[in-house]
Amino acid sequence: MQIYLPIAEVSVNVFVLLGLGGLVGILSGMFGVGGGFLMTPLLFFIGVPPAVAVATGANQIVASSVSGLMAHLKRRTVDLRMGTVLLIGGLIGAALGVVLFNYLKSLGQVDLLINLCYVVFLGIIGALMFVESLNALRKSRRGVPPKRKKHNWVHALPIKMRFRTSGLYISVIPPIMVGLSVGVLAAIMGVGGGFIMVPAMIYLLNMPTKVVIGTSLFQIIFVTGFTTVMHATTNYTVDVVLAVLLLIGGVLGAQAGTAIGMRLKAEQLRILLAGLVLLVCGKLALDLLLTPSELYVLSPAGSH
Amino acid sequence: MRLLLLLLLVLALPARAEQVVLGLSKEIVQISTDFDGSDILIFGAIKREAPIQEEPLQVIVAVAGPQQPVTVWRKARRFGIWVNAHAVEVDAAPSFYAIATSAPWAQVITETEDLRHKVSIPRAIRSVGAPMDVPDAQSFTEAVIRIRTDEGTYQLLEDTVTVREQTLFDTAISMPANLTEGSYPTRIFLTRGGRVISSYETEIEVRKVGLERWLYSLSRQQPFIYGLMSLFIAIAAGWGASTAFRILRSQ
Repeated sequence: MQIYLPIAEVSVNVFVLLGLGGLVGILSGMFGVGGGFLMTPLLFFIGVPPAVAVATGANQIVASSVSGLMAHLKRRTVDLRMGTVLLIGGLIGAALGVVLFNYLKSLGQVDLLINLCYVVFLGIIGALMFVESLNALRKSRRGVPPKRKKHNWVHALPIKMRFRTSGLYISVIPPIMVGLSVGVLAAIMGVGGGFIMVPAMIYLLNMPTKVVIGTSLFQIIFVTGFTTVMHATTNYTVDVVLAVLLLIGGVLGAQAGTAIGMRLKAEQLRILLAGLVLLVCGKLALDLLLTPSELYVLSPAGSH
Repeated sequence: MRLLLLLLLVLALPARAEQVVLGLSKEIVQISTDFDGSDILIFGAIKREAPIQEEPLQVIVAVAGPQQPVTVWRKARRFGIWVNAHAVEVDAAPSFYAIATSAPWAQVITETEDLRHKVSIPRAIRSVGAPMDVPDAQSFTEAVIRIRTDEGTYQLLEDTVTVREQTLFDTAISMPANLTEGSYPTRIFLTRGGRVISSYETEIEVRKVGLERWLYSLSRQQPFIYGLMSLFIAIAAGWGASTAFRILRSQ
């Protein structure tokens, strides 16, 4: 069954979209990430124009994050104060990101920017996570309790603030910077940025792991929501029909994914996720490095 | 049946020169939610006063989409990776172009006639100024044709127009699912010995309807409201799903 997407102006199979949403939903339920980093490249692959994929991806992440946040609010594992500080940075970052996106679009380099961002960030995060979880797995086998570093350079910065839920007393500068960079990425890559936010909160801000995901989801909702409206008003690239189909599959998949995730060990999950991230990264890197079969690309003029 | 009716119609008319009487299976293509491409049957008859000549009559049917400017980028390796390096602006290229002929291309029209009437695909694309730093601007226009032919939006369908008794002709043009809105000028040329002896022009209207029309207009005319609506749907869906699953589990 084909469906014509009014904004993307392509006709795609409904079941492919539902399946895609479901697959990404399963992964996001298993690993606690938004899954945008997989969704956006997969949308390119089925022929959705990159600009539409990025903007619609942001819209779809709003839905999956709201769904996730509800569960975390109930368990009181959201640091609203930290979330708000991250959000301030995030909104500034998202606005900057959309401006940058439109500027590079006018230069004809937006696809390159999106791909480079994916390769660089997925590569770094994937590699770090892989090494870290491999070490954790080895340690847990040997029975050494995991140790958390208590103090680093982050604690020397001014403008300190108390975050009760996280049990932290730190400067607001690092969370704002983290929020800012994730905001830029959300606008450029059509991702929530959970895969950057979560490690940054754990390793850079030393937040307790149990509040990290809820807090990250809280701020992602606002940043991706803001990005959606920005893309809708400046680029006209949010396809609501596409978003709805993806999120139907996504919410169902997320429930199945959560059930699968509970059966696996945390370290094993992280290694699997790292492998997946590196796989996507490798595929995108090859596209940039290998000689393309078609050297020419068409783009609508007027953006020139 | 339709062809028969047309034939009767033609015979009844007082004939002058050789002229086209045309019918279309549909004059409006509606892009609805389940739009999956469309086949248009183009049929017609030739009315004439003189007896049929020895030399066979050939028919060319050309359907074009709206003319749009296109930026063509060529990739080049910079710092080890492939980036968009050179750009040429093609002033006007139809978003869709299909030509159906009644015989192989070389037999239906001469080069000069093609140049005059702008029938073939390369002639339908207009490209004037290329930047000074791009010496081979021609290869950019060729790229447009190559890419769009691969996509199925440019089609050269030789030998697909059936001509009966040098009087009736019909062909089918299949339009792909990724159509742009607008009016599609449709031209019919009658040729003999490669020369155009008569031509006829009409338009096929392609437009979005229903939900597609509504969403598209909203996104262009009220982008802010459209953005908020998308956001609202997303939040409602996320909230609804988590509530639904909670109720489902507690039972």
